[in-house]
Amino acid sequence: MLYFTRWKAAAIVLTAAIVCLFAAPNFIPAKVVDSWPKWAQRHIVLGLDLQGGSHILLEVDSKAVRKDMLEALRDDVRRVLRDARIGYTGLVVRGNGVEVRIREGANSGQALEKLRTLSQPLGGILSATGQRNLDITSEAGNLYRLTLTDPAIIERVRQSVDQSIQIIERRVNELGTVEPLIQREGTDRILVQVPGLQDPTRLKQLLGKTAKLDFHMVDVNVSPEQAQQGRLPPEDQLLHGAGKEASQLYVVEKRALVSGAELTDAQPGFDQRTNEPIVQFRFNTSGARKFAQATQENVGKPFAIVLDNEVISAPVIREPILGGSGQISGNFTVQSANDLAILLRAGALPAPLTIIEERTVGPGLGADSIAQGKISSYVGAAMVIIFMFLTYGLFGLFANIAVAVNVAMIFGILSLLNATLTLPGIAGIVLTVGIAVDSNVLIYERIREEVRGGRTAINAIDAGFSRALATILDSNITTFIAAAVLFYIGTGPVRGFAVTLGIGIITTVFTAFTLTRLIVAYWVRLRRPQRVPI
Amino acid sequence: MKLLRIVPDDTKFDFMRFRRISFPLSALMSILAISLYFFHGLNFGIDFKGGLLIEVQTKAGPADIAKMRATLGGLGLGEVQLQQFGAPNDVLIRIAEQPGGDEAQQVAVNKVRTALGTGLDYRRVEVVGPRVSGELLSYGVVGLMLAIFGILIYLWFRFEWQFALGAMIANVHDIVLTIGFMSVTQIDFDLTSIAALLTILGYSLNDTVVIYDRIREMLRRYKKMPMPELLNASVNQTLSRSVITHLTVSLALLSLLLFGGQAIHSFTATMMFGVVLVGTYTSVFIASPILIYLGVGRGTDALTGPGPKDEKP
Repeated sequence: MLYFTRWKAAAIVLTAAIVCLFAAPNFIPAKVVDSWPKWAQRHIVLGLDLQGGSHILLEVDSKAVRKDMLEALRDDVRRVLRDARIGYTGLVVRGNGVEVRIREGANSGQALEKLRTLSQPLGGILSATGQRNLDITSEAGNLYRLTLTDPAIIERVRQSVDQSIQIIERRVNELGTVEPLIQREGTDRILVQVPGLQDPTRLKQLLGKTAKLDFHMVDVNVSPEQAQQGRLPPEDQLLHGAGKEASQLYVVEKRALVSGAELTDAQPGFDQRTNEPIVQFRFNTSGARKFAQATQENVGKPFAIVLDNEVISAPVIREPILGGSGQISGNFTVQSANDLAILLRAGALPAPLTIIEERTVGPGLGADSIAQGKISSYVGAAMVIIFMFLTYGLFGLFANIAVAVNVAMIFGILSLLNATLTLPGIAGIVLTVGIAVDSNVLIYERIREEVRGGRTAINAIDAGFSRALATILDSNITTFIAAAVLFYIGTGPVRGFAVTLGIGIITTVFTAFTLTRLIVAYWVRLRRPQRVPI
Repeated sequence: MKLLRIVPDDTKFDFMRFRRISFPLSALMSILAISLYFFHGLNFGIDFKGGLLIEVQTKAGPADIAKMRATLGGLGLGEVQLQQFGAPNDVLIRIAEQPGGDEAQQVAVNKVRTALGTGLDYRRVEVVGPRVSGELLSYGVVGLMLAIFGILIYLWFRFEWQFALGAMIANVHDIVLTIGFMSVTQIDFDLTSIAALLTILGYSLNDTVVIYDRIREMLRRYKKMPMPELLNASVNQTLSRSVITHLTVSLALLSLLLFGGQAIHSFTATMMFGVVLVGTYTSVFIASPILIYLGVGRGTDALTGPGPKDEKP
């Protein structure tokens, strides 16, 4: 137990030193570190609870996704049957599917064949499973039911999350914040973390809007009052105004002239005549063509600019707009015009997002937490070091060296992993000091016992190490299991705690098995002790 | 230099005799803790209950809590709790979960921000919707179960099933008592409390495993020693280590408790109770004597390891 070959000793010291060195970038000014190679720049990231910032968890509205899919499916069924000139009645969305009744029994075979073309194998990661997006069943009376399969819905929600992440990235980047983190959580959630953001109100406004912009004609033949009395034509919808003008109602055609997806650019600006804030936009080629055609046909009539089912404004078309660009005015402030431009540039979300969790820490609290974390660590470490020295003397010093290296290695590994350090994470490090000390206590107490059992000094040290190490391994693995579970179930700060605790256990086992042993072995060789000084 | 000997060498304390006191005592305490949980309840924080938690600091002078209470009370947000938190200009505001799903929580937080105005520093704003809070609680409970189960399996592999069972009884006992403690003190029960419970579990097991390791070693060495005597010897031999280790851990925890600030106060207080008080007691007075009743077999596979036979102790 006390014999190390030269290369083994070198390997141990080298490993410990290298791991410790990885912690260096945390203690050197960022300016200096920036000039280093990329791999050496890895450092610990402070959690939002320490540096301040906003954590927002969003959920894709899967009900809305399903509703969109069902409506698209209904339109597909209508198109397929019309194209094949098959008569049908009662085309409705029911439950998780669409129902349709074929008029003439003679057509049913052909109808089924046509409907089957709508059923596609699932793409993406599910393509290997051979599952399809639709189950088609037929019932008595030529009734066909097309049901969306669960994997199809889940796959679409996944896609929505992916698209939303890209759009959110564009929106958040416009805020000019430092290193925002945007990532998927589970199947239908998105985590947005913005360090340093003190008031997330604006961020939430940017995230909470679907930003689906469409241009529709206003139906001037029906007044909003008539529509409210139930005389709303089936091709129209009744929408209300945006913001302060929510009481204003508009009867708007359901069909969109042009959709916001065809915008290529949007910028805030000022109206040349009124000097009011406006948003200027530009269509792509096909959008410009559609817009030109629609405005040519409808000069003198009003059209509505609809954002997320609210009418921003409904100007009258004075002349055909052929250039493919235009402007939106509608009671904007400079900021709201700016925000709308950001939203339009970033694009519309495929489905609405709901904020289901928000945690914001101000920079003051973060700084206080860092200070408290530092003080408590220093005081804790000092007390433990003094206690160990009083209890074990020279061997206590050895233990203190091992524990110090242990903590440095934790910082090194955390840096290597680019891990996040949270306040509970600091608590985890302090507790690791306790565990690390325990491994030394186990060894030393065992040595004391072996001495009492009548062994010679060197023999006792040797036996103490070899017997204590098995115990150290057993006891640390049980704690490690707890840390692993914490990591798995935990979020945010708790996960930070699990990470430092888990890494701490690994470094503790490493130092107990190698470094402490090496130090004691070296001392034994140097001194050839007749009695053990503990 | 004269070194500190907190526990004298060769203690011969008869720990096993105390099982006639410790077992009924623990049973009583566990029943008490469980009834506390059901009748007094835990002070669930927003992680598990949903709602709003806002910590504000007034910029000029101490906070006028009565005025803030009146302002917030007029918003129609239901139950609003205000509490001075640390310094006199720090106020913690808790607002119960708003009916109406996730969006309603966001509406509420906007109302509060508007009502309190900008004369305040928002140190912390947490809003947890009903869906997340439900999940967090079930994750927490599942995690605790998983951890206990995983550790049980590991111990079963490393020792005999009696040891695994003994350790599990001992550690469920720890968790139950700690939950009782949380109920009595009405400490906020949130995600960090789950972390505290899991750490207590890990530490307490750590301790139990150290003693079990020794018991196993003794079982191999002294095949004919009566069980209570053998257990006593094992606990006595590891006593010094237990005391020293718990002292160092307590020193570290004490420092966290005194200087770690409010944010981890409930975490460290719980740990202090669970690790230092309960954990130590359990491994000595519950986990070890329980092996007498579980009938640890001798000469079975797990114990026929290397070791001299029947030495004189």
